[in-house]
Amino acid sequence: MDTDIQIYVTDREGKRHALLAPIDMQMNLMEVCKAYELPVEGTCGGMALCASCQCYITSSHILPERSEDENAMLAEAFHLRDTSRLGCQILMTKELEGLEVTLAPEA
Amino acid sequence: MIKTDILIIGAGPTGLFTVFEAGLLKLKCHLIDSLPMPGGQCAEIYPKKPIYDIPSHPEILAGDLIKNLEAQIAPFQPGYTLGEHAVSIEKTEDDQFVVTTDQGTQHQAPVVAIAGGLGTFEPRKPPLENLEFFETKGVNYIIKDPEYYRNKKIVIAGGGDSALDWTIFLEPIASSVTLVHRRNEFRGALDSVDKVQELKNAGRIHLITPAEVTALKGKDKLEGITITREVATEDLVCDAFIPLFGLTPKLGPIANWGLEIEKNAIKVDNSLDYQTNIPGIYAIGDVNTYPGKLKLILCGFHEATLMCQSAFKRIYPEKRNVLKYTTVSGVSGFDGSQKQAAKSTIKSID
Repeated sequence: MDTDIQIYVTDREGKRHALLAPIDMQMNLMEVCKAYELPVEGTCGGMALCASCQCYITSSHILPERSEDENAMLAEAFHLRDTSRLGCQILMTKELEGLEVTLAPEA
Repeated sequence: MIKTDILIIGAGPTGLFTVFEAGLLKLKCHLIDSLPMPGGQCAEIYPKKPIYDIPSHPEILAGDLIKNLEAQIAPFQPGYTLGEHAVSIEKTEDDQFVVTTDQGTQHQAPVVAIAGGLGTFEPRKPPLENLEFFETKGVNYIIKDPEYYRNKKIVIAGGGDSALDWTIFLEPIASSVTLVHRRNEFRGALDSVDKVQELKNAGRIHLITPAEVTALKGKDKLEGITITREVATEDLVCDAFIPLFGLTPKLGPIANWGLEIEKNAIKVDNSLDYQTNIPGIYAIGDVNTYPGKLKLILCGFHEATLMCQSAFKRIYPEKRNVLKYTTVSGVSGFDGSQKQAAKSTIKSID
Protein backbone atom coordinates (compact mmCIF):
# COMPACT_ATOMS: atom_id res chain seq x y z
CA MET A 1 0.00 0.00 0.00
CA ASP A 2 1.32 3.44 -0.78
CA THR A 3 0.11 4.77 2.55
CA ASP A 4 2.59 2.52 4.36
CA ILE A 5 6.35 2.36 4.48
CA GLN A 6 8.55 -0.49 5.64
CA ILE A 7 10.89 0.32 8.51
CA TYR A 8 13.17 -1.85 10.63
CA VAL A 9 13.58 -1.55 14.38
CA THR A 10 16.18 -3.53 16.31
CA ASP A 11 15.12 -3.95 19.93
CA ARG A 12 17.34 -3.97 23.03
CA GLU A 13 17.83 -7.73 22.76
CA GLY A 14 19.17 -7.32 19.23
CA LYS A 15 16.08 -8.70 17.49
CA ARG A 16 15.20 -6.91 14.24
CA HIS A 17 11.53 -6.20 13.60
CA ALA A 18 10.14 -5.31 10.18
CA LEU A 19 7.27 -2.88 10.70
CA LEU A 20 4.74 -1.43 8.30
CA ALA A 21 4.30 2.19 9.27
CA PRO A 22 1.40 4.28 8.00
CA ILE A 23 2.40 7.66 6.59
CA ASP A 24 -1.12 9.10 6.49
CA MET A 25 -1.84 8.92 10.23
CA GLN A 26 0.57 11.59 11.51
CA MET A 27 2.38 8.87 13.41
CA ASN A 28 5.89 9.21 14.73
CA LEU A 29 8.45 6.47 15.23
CA MET A 30 7.75 6.19 18.97
CA GLU A 31 4.05 5.65 18.26
CA VAL A 32 4.74 3.08 15.56
CA CYS A 33 6.93 1.13 18.02
CA LYS A 34 4.18 1.28 20.63
CA ALA A 35 1.58 0.20 18.09
CA TYR A 36 3.67 -2.93 17.50
CA GLU A 37 4.10 -3.35 21.27
CA LEU A 38 7.85 -2.91 21.19
CA PRO A 39 9.27 -1.92 24.60
CA VAL A 40 9.23 1.84 24.06
CA GLU A 41 7.70 3.64 27.02
CA GLY A 42 6.95 7.07 25.53
CA THR A 43 6.43 8.38 29.05
CA CYS A 44 5.85 12.00 28.11
CA GLY A 45 3.53 11.07 25.26
CA GLY A 46 5.72 12.56 22.57
CA MET A 47 6.65 16.03 23.83
CA ALA A 48 10.44 15.48 23.68
CA LEU A 49 10.47 15.62 27.45
CA CYS A 50 11.63 12.19 28.61
CA ALA A 51 14.01 10.50 26.13
CA SER A 52 12.44 7.08 26.76
CA CYS A 53 12.12 6.71 22.96
CA GLN A 54 15.77 7.45 22.18
CA CYS A 55 17.05 5.40 19.24
CA TYR A 56 20.06 5.28 16.96
CA ILE A 57 19.59 5.76 13.23
CA THR A 58 21.62 3.06 11.50
CA SER A 59 20.59 3.61 7.87
CA SER A 60 21.79 6.51 5.73
CA HIS A 61 18.45 8.30 5.53
CA ILE A 62 18.53 12.05 5.81
CA LEU A 63 16.10 13.00 8.55
CA PRO A 64 14.58 16.38 9.28
CA GLU A 65 16.91 18.28 11.62
CA ARG A 66 16.53 18.06 15.36
CA SER A 67 14.41 20.79 16.89
CA GLU A 68 15.69 22.85 19.81
CA ASP A 69 13.44 20.83 22.15
CA GLU A 70 14.89 17.57 20.87
CA ASN A 71 18.46 18.85 21.18
CA ALA A 72 17.80 20.02 24.72
CA MET A 73 16.32 16.68 25.77
CA LEU A 74 19.06 14.66 24.12
CA ALA A 75 21.61 16.78 25.99
CA GLU A 76 20.19 15.27 29.17
CA ALA A 77 19.78 11.74 27.80
CA PHE A 78 22.15 8.90 28.58
CA HIS A 79 23.94 6.53 26.17
CA LEU A 80 24.05 9.33 23.61
CA ARG A 81 25.60 8.80 20.18
CA ASP A 82 25.97 11.04 17.13
CA THR A 83 23.14 9.10 15.54
CA SER A 84 20.78 9.52 18.52
CA ARG A 85 17.26 10.76 17.88
CA LEU A 86 14.05 10.85 19.85
CA GLY A 87 11.60 8.53 18.10
CA CYS A 88 8.70 10.80 19.02
CA GLN A 89 10.17 13.59 16.89
CA ILE A 90 10.45 11.51 13.73
CA LEU A 91 7.29 11.73 11.70
CA MET A 92 6.64 8.82 9.34
CA THR A 93 6.94 10.06 5.74
CA LYS A 94 7.55 8.31 2.44
CA GLU A 95 11.17 9.52 2.41
CA LEU A 96 11.79 7.18 5.35
CA GLU A 97 11.04 3.99 3.38
CA GLY A 98 13.57 1.41 4.57
CA LEU A 99 14.60 3.33 7.71
CA GLU A 100 16.72 1.27 10.13
CA VAL A 101 16.90 2.16 13.81
CA THR A 102 18.10 0.53 17.02
CA LEU A 103 16.48 1.27 20.37
CA ALA A 104 18.82 2.93 22.89
CA PRO A 105 19.16 1.28 26.32
CA GLU A 106 16.47 2.09 28.85
CA ALA A 107 17.39 5.07 30.97
CA MET B 1 -2.22 6.29 61.97
CA ILE B 2 -4.06 8.36 59.35
CA LYS B 3 -7.61 7.06 58.87
CA THR B 4 -9.87 7.81 55.95
CA ASP B 5 -12.59 6.28 53.75
CA ILE B 6 -10.72 6.08 50.46
CA LEU B 7 -6.95 6.05 50.46
CA ILE B 8 -5.75 7.26 47.08
CA ILE B 9 -2.25 6.40 45.95
CA GLY B 10 -1.19 9.00 43.42
CA ALA B 11 -2.20 12.67 43.39
CA GLY B 12 -2.35 13.18 39.64
CA PRO B 13 -5.50 14.38 37.88
CA THR B 14 -7.33 11.07 38.33
CA GLY B 15 -6.47 10.82 42.04
CA LEU B 16 -7.48 14.43 42.64
CA PHE B 17 -10.81 14.10 40.86
CA THR B 18 -11.56 10.97 42.91
CA VAL B 19 -11.73 13.24 45.97
CA PHE B 20 -14.56 15.18 44.35
CA GLU B 21 -16.65 12.19 43.34
CA ALA B 22 -16.08 10.59 46.75
CA GLY B 23 -16.98 13.86 48.46
CA LEU B 24 -20.37 13.95 46.73
CA LEU B 25 -20.99 10.58 48.40
CA LYS B 26 -19.77 11.94 51.76
CA LEU B 27 -16.65 9.78 51.65
CA LYS B 28 -13.40 11.29 52.89
CA CYS B 29 -10.14 10.85 51.01
CA HIS B 30 -6.43 10.97 51.72
CA LEU B 31 -3.79 11.09 48.98
CA ILE B 32 -0.24 9.74 49.02
CA ASP B 33 2.26 10.87 46.40
CA SER B 34 6.00 10.50 46.04
CA LEU B 35 6.30 13.97 44.54
CA PRO B 36 6.39 16.95 46.91
CA MET B 37 3.35 18.51 45.21
CA PRO B 38 0.03 17.28 43.77
CA GLY B 39 -0.37 16.93 40.01
CA GLY B 40 1.65 13.88 39.00
CA GLN B 41 2.96 13.98 35.45
CA CYS B 42 1.01 17.19 34.74
CA ALA B 43 3.04 18.96 37.43
CA GLU B 44 6.36 17.16 37.07
CA ILE B 45 6.80 16.62 33.34
CA TYR B 46 4.63 19.06 31.40
CA PRO B 47 3.02 21.82 33.54
CA LYS B 48 3.43 24.39 30.74
CA LYS B 49 2.03 22.20 27.95
CA PRO B 50 -1.50 22.78 26.69
CA ILE B 51 -3.99 19.88 26.74
CA TYR B 52 -6.73 19.99 24.12
CA ASP B 53 -8.90 17.00 24.94
CA ILE B 54 -10.37 17.85 28.31
CA PRO B 55 -14.11 18.13 27.73
CA SER B 56 -15.29 21.76 27.72
CA HIS B 57 -11.72 23.13 27.82
CA PRO B 58 -10.70 23.94 24.22
CA GLU B 59 -7.22 24.41 25.64
CA ILE B 60 -5.83 24.22 29.17
CA LEU B 61 -2.28 24.11 30.51
CA ALA B 62 -1.56 20.94 32.44
CA GLY B 63 -0.50 23.03 35.45
CA ASP B 64 -3.78 24.97 35.34
CA LEU B 65 -5.77 21.76 35.11
CA ILE B 66 -4.18 20.69 38.39
CA LYS B 67 -4.83 24.07 40.03
CA ASN B 68 -8.49 23.87 38.98
CA LEU B 69 -8.82 20.33 40.31
CA GLU B 70 -7.29 21.39 43.63
CA ALA B 71 -9.83 24.22 43.85
CA GLN B 72 -12.67 21.89 42.91
CA ILE B 73 -11.82 19.35 45.61
CA ALA B 74 -10.86 21.85 48.33
CA PRO B 75 -14.34 21.77 49.96
CA PHE B 76 -13.83 18.07 50.59
CA GLN B 77 -10.66 18.72 52.60
CA PRO B 78 -8.48 15.88 51.32
CA GLY B 79 -5.48 14.87 53.40
CA TYR B 80 -2.07 14.64 51.76
CA THR B 81 1.04 12.61 52.44
CA LEU B 82 3.45 14.12 49.91
CA GLY B 83 7.05 13.27 49.15
CA GLU B 84 6.57 9.71 50.39
CA HIS B 85 6.23 6.45 48.46
CA ALA B 86 3.62 3.87 49.35
CA VAL B 87 5.68 0.72 49.85
CA SER B 88 3.54 -1.90 51.55
CA ILE B 89 -0.07 -2.87 52.06
CA GLU B 90 -1.58 -5.16 54.67
CA LYS B 91 -5.09 -6.29 55.35
CA THR B 92 -6.42 -6.08 58.90
CA GLU B 93 -8.86 -8.53 60.49
CA ASP B 94 -11.72 -6.07 60.17
CA ASP B 95 -11.34 -5.80 56.39
CA GLN B 96 -9.34 -2.58 56.33
CA PHE B 97 -6.12 -1.89 54.50
CA VAL B 98 -3.00 -0.41 56.08
CA VAL B 99 -0.62 1.26 53.65
CA THR B 100 2.84 2.23 54.88
CA THR B 101 5.20 4.65 53.15
CA ASP B 102 8.97 4.56 52.82
CA GLN B 103 9.13 7.00 55.72
CA GLY B 104 6.94 4.83 57.91
CA THR B 105 3.74 6.89 57.75
CA GLN B 106 0.77 4.55 58.16
CA HIS B 107 -2.64 5.02 56.60
CA GLN B 108 -5.78 2.97 57.16
CA ALA B 109 -8.87 2.78 54.97
CA PRO B 110 -11.54 0.28 53.93
CA VAL B 111 -10.92 1.15 50.28
CA VAL B 112 -7.66 1.79 48.43
CA ALA B 113 -7.68 3.46 45.01
CA ILE B 114 -4.41 3.16 43.15
CA ALA B 115 -4.18 6.12 40.78
CA GLY B 116 -0.45 5.83 40.38
CA GLY B 117 -0.13 6.75 36.71
CA LEU B 118 3.01 5.28 35.23
CA GLY B 119 4.39 4.73 38.70
CA THR B 120 6.54 6.46 41.27
CA PHE B 121 8.82 9.16 39.93
CA GLU B 122 12.41 8.19 40.50
CA PRO B 123 15.53 10.14 39.59
CA ARG B 124 17.10 9.30 36.25
CA LYS B 125 20.56 8.05 37.05
CA PRO B 126 23.47 8.63 34.68
CA PRO B 127 25.20 5.39 33.62
CA LEU B 128 28.39 5.87 35.68
CA GLU B 129 30.43 3.07 37.16
CA ASN B 130 30.21 2.89 40.99
CA LEU B 131 27.35 5.40 41.01
CA GLU B 132 25.27 3.29 43.38
CA PHE B 133 28.25 2.69 45.64
CA PHE B 134 28.59 6.42 46.19
CA GLU B 135 24.87 7.03 46.77
CA THR B 136 24.50 8.80 50.14
CA LYS B 137 28.32 8.88 50.28
CA GLY B 138 28.48 12.06 48.28
CA VAL B 139 26.06 11.30 45.45
CA ASN B 140 22.47 12.48 45.89
CA TYR B 141 19.68 12.98 43.38
CA ILE B 142 17.36 14.87 45.67
CA ILE B 143 18.38 17.71 47.97
CA LYS B 144 16.60 17.18 51.23
CA ASP B 145 18.72 19.33 53.50
CA PRO B 146 20.69 22.12 51.81
CA GLU B 147 22.71 22.59 55.03
CA TYR B 148 24.38 19.25 54.30
CA TYR B 149 26.26 21.07 51.53
CA ARG B 150 27.58 23.91 53.71
CA ASN B 151 31.27 24.56 52.97
CA LYS B 152 31.42 21.57 50.63
CA LYS B 153 32.75 21.44 47.12
CA ILE B 154 29.84 20.34 44.97
CA VAL B 155 29.33 19.42 41.35
CA ILE B 156 25.88 19.60 39.77
CA ALA B 157 25.13 18.00 36.39
CA GLY B 158 22.12 18.73 34.20
CA GLY B 159 20.66 21.37 31.93
CA GLY B 160 17.13 21.98 33.15
CA ASP B 161 15.41 24.04 35.81
CA SER B 162 16.43 21.93 38.76
CA ALA B 163 20.13 22.07 37.83
CA LEU B 164 19.92 25.85 37.44
CA ASP B 165 17.80 26.44 40.53
CA TRP B 166 19.99 24.35 42.81
CA THR B 167 23.14 25.96 41.45
CA ILE B 168 21.71 29.34 42.41
CA PHE B 169 20.44 28.12 45.77
CA LEU B 170 23.58 26.28 46.85
CA GLU B 171 26.10 28.87 45.62
CA PRO B 172 26.08 30.91 48.87
CA ILE B 173 26.05 27.76 51.03
CA ALA B 174 28.70 25.57 49.43
CA SER B 175 32.38 26.43 49.31
CA SER B 176 32.33 25.90 45.55
CA VAL B 177 29.70 24.99 42.97
CA THR B 178 30.54 23.56 39.56
CA LEU B 179 27.76 23.13 37.01
CA VAL B 180 28.42 20.64 34.22
CA HIS B 181 26.18 20.31 31.18
CA ARG B 182 26.58 18.58 27.86
CA ARG B 183 25.85 21.71 25.86
CA ASN B 184 26.08 25.47 26.26
CA GLU B 185 22.31 25.95 26.07
CA PHE B 186 20.16 25.44 29.13
CA ARG B 187 16.47 24.65 29.14
CA GLY B 188 15.05 26.54 32.06
CA ALA B 189 13.24 29.65 33.17
CA LEU B 190 14.90 32.66 31.53
CA ASP B 191 15.62 34.46 34.80
CA SER B 192 17.34 31.35 36.19
CA VAL B 193 19.53 31.16 33.10
CA ASP B 194 20.38 34.86 33.47
CA LYS B 195 21.15 34.46 37.16
CA VAL B 196 23.53 31.54 36.49
CA GLN B 197 25.19 33.65 33.79
CA GLU B 198 25.67 36.44 36.36
CA LEU B 199 27.14 34.04 38.91
CA LYS B 200 29.52 32.73 36.29
CA ASN B 201 30.57 36.23 35.19
CA ALA B 202 31.19 37.16 38.82
CA GLY B 203 33.38 34.09 39.21
CA ARG B 204 31.16 32.69 41.95
CA ILE B 205 30.46 29.39 40.21
CA HIS B 206 32.33 27.26 37.73
CA LEU B 207 30.43 26.47 34.56
CA ILE B 208 31.83 23.64 32.49
CA THR B 209 30.14 23.14 29.11
CA PRO B 210 29.88 21.32 26.80
CA ALA B 211 31.09 18.54 29.01
CA GLU B 212 29.95 15.59 31.04
CA VAL B 213 30.87 13.80 34.21
CA THR B 214 32.35 10.47 33.15
CA ALA B 215 33.82 8.97 36.31
CA LEU B 216 33.49 9.08 40.07
CA LYS B 217 36.45 8.69 42.39
CA GLY B 218 36.94 7.97 46.04
CA LYS B 219 37.68 5.23 48.50
CA ASP B 220 34.96 5.12 51.13
CA LYS B 221 33.19 8.24 49.98
CA LEU B 222 33.17 10.50 46.95
CA GLU B 223 36.41 12.46 46.68
CA GLY B 224 36.42 13.62 43.10
CA ILE B 225 35.03 13.29 39.60
CA THR B 226 36.33 13.19 36.06
CA ILE B 227 34.90 15.59 33.55
CA THR B 228 35.20 14.89 29.85
CA ARG B 229 35.08 17.77 27.40
CA GLU B 230 35.13 16.43 23.84
CA VAL B 231 38.21 14.21 24.15
CA ALA B 232 40.06 15.93 26.97
CA THR B 233 39.48 14.82 30.52
CA GLU B 234 40.00 16.73 33.70
CA ASP B 235 39.87 15.60 37.33
CA LEU B 236 38.15 17.70 39.92
CA VAL B 237 38.22 17.31 43.69
CA CYS B 238 34.75 17.45 45.22
CA ASP B 239 32.71 16.29 48.22
CA ALA B 240 29.35 15.97 46.54
CA PHE B 241 27.92 15.19 43.12
CA ILE B 242 24.29 15.97 42.36
CA PRO B 243 23.08 14.61 39.00
CA LEU B 244 19.81 16.33 38.10
CA PHE B 245 18.50 14.67 34.95
CA GLY B 246 14.81 14.70 35.78
CA LEU B 247 12.59 11.93 37.00
CA THR B 248 11.22 8.82 35.37
CA PRO B 249 8.25 6.78 36.56
CA LYS B 250 8.68 3.18 37.74
CA LEU B 251 5.81 0.98 38.92
CA GLY B 252 7.90 0.16 42.00
CA PRO B 253 6.73 -1.72 45.11
CA ILE B 254 3.07 -1.78 43.99
CA ALA B 255 4.12 -4.51 41.57
CA ASN B 256 4.65 -6.77 44.61
CA TRP B 257 1.28 -6.25 46.28
CA GLY B 258 -0.26 -9.41 44.85
CA LEU B 259 -2.16 -7.50 42.20
CA GLU B 260 -2.54 -8.97 38.75
CA ILE B 261 -0.11 -7.08 36.52
CA GLU B 262 -0.10 -7.07 32.75
CA LYS B 263 2.37 -5.05 30.67
CA ASN B 264 3.42 -2.95 33.67
CA ALA B 265 -0.18 -2.02 34.50
CA ILE B 266 -2.75 -3.34 37.00
CA LYS B 267 -5.54 -5.47 35.57
CA VAL B 268 -9.02 -4.35 36.56
CA ASP B 269 -12.61 -5.31 35.91
CA ASN B 270 -13.75 -2.58 33.56
CA SER B 271 -17.18 -4.12 33.03
CA LEU B 272 -18.06 -3.10 36.58
CA ASP B 273 -16.02 -0.82 38.79
CA TYR B 274 -12.25 -0.93 38.07
CA GLN B 275 -11.65 -3.22 41.01
CA THR B 276 -8.45 -5.28 40.98
CA ASN B 277 -8.15 -8.98 41.81
CA ILE B 278 -8.03 -7.93 45.49
CA PRO B 279 -11.52 -6.82 46.59
CA GLY B 280 -11.40 -3.33 48.03
CA ILE B 281 -8.38 -2.28 45.99
CA TYR B 282 -9.23 -0.38 42.84
CA ALA B 283 -6.91 0.89 40.11
CA ILE B 284 -7.87 3.92 38.03
CA GLY B 285 -6.26 6.13 35.42
CA ASP B 286 -3.04 5.36 33.57
CA VAL B 287 -1.99 2.70 36.09
CA ASN B 288 -4.70 0.20 35.08
CA THR B 289 -5.30 -1.94 32.05
CA TYR B 290 -8.32 -3.62 30.50
CA PRO B 291 -9.41 -4.43 26.95
CA GLY B 292 -9.59 -1.18 25.02
CA LYS B 293 -7.83 0.88 27.70
CA LEU B 294 -6.84 4.41 26.70
CA LYS B 295 -4.39 6.36 28.84
CA LEU B 296 -6.25 9.64 28.81
CA ILE B 297 -7.03 12.03 31.64
CA LEU B 298 -10.67 12.09 30.65
CA CYS B 299 -10.87 8.28 30.91
CA GLY B 300 -9.30 8.50 34.38
CA PHE B 301 -12.06 10.89 35.45
CA HIS B 302 -14.72 8.46 34.26
CA GLU B 303 -13.04 5.53 35.98
CA ALA B 304 -12.77 7.50 39.24
CA THR B 305 -16.48 8.29 39.14
CA LEU B 306 -17.61 4.68 38.71
CA MET B 307 -15.06 3.48 41.25
CA CYS B 308 -16.42 5.82 43.95
CA GLN B 309 -19.96 4.45 43.53
CA SER B 310 -18.60 0.94 44.04
CA ALA B 311 -16.49 2.06 47.01
CA PHE B 312 -19.62 3.50 48.63
CA LYS B 313 -21.41 0.15 48.32
CA ARG B 314 -18.40 -1.59 49.81
CA ILE B 315 -18.17 0.78 52.77
CA TYR B 316 -21.96 0.98 53.38
CA PRO B 317 -23.37 -2.29 51.99
CA GLU B 318 -26.78 -1.77 53.57
CA LYS B 319 -27.24 1.91 52.64
CA ARG B 320 -29.42 2.72 49.65
CA ASN B 321 -27.92 5.32 47.37
CA VAL B 322 -28.91 7.03 44.18
CA LEU B 323 -26.85 9.15 41.82
CA LYS B 324 -27.28 12.84 42.61
CA TYR B 325 -26.77 15.65 40.17
CA THR B 326 -24.72 18.63 41.34
CA THR B 327 -27.10 20.92 39.44
CA VAL B 328 -29.85 19.71 41.77
CA SER B 329 -28.07 18.97 45.05
CA GLY B 330 -25.18 21.41 44.78
CA VAL B 331 -21.92 20.67 46.56
CA SER B 332 -21.81 20.47 50.35
CA GLY B 333 -18.20 20.65 51.46
CA PHE B 334 -16.86 18.98 54.58
CA ASP B 335 -15.66 22.46 55.50
CA GLY B 336 -19.27 23.61 55.86
CA SER B 337 -19.24 25.37 52.50
CA GLN B 338 -22.29 25.08 50.32
CA LYS B 339 -22.54 25.61 46.59
CA GLN B 340 -26.02 25.66 45.19
CA ALA B 341 -27.71 26.74 41.98
CA ALA B 342 -29.44 30.10 42.36
CA LYS B 343 -33.21 29.84 42.79
CA SER B 344 -35.01 30.76 39.62
CA THR B 345 -36.88 34.03 39.76
CA ILE B 346 -40.56 33.71 39.10
CA LYS B 347 -42.46 36.90 38.53
CA SER B 348 -45.76 37.58 36.95
CA ILE B 349 -46.19 39.87 33.97
CA ASP B 350 -49.22 42.10 34.35
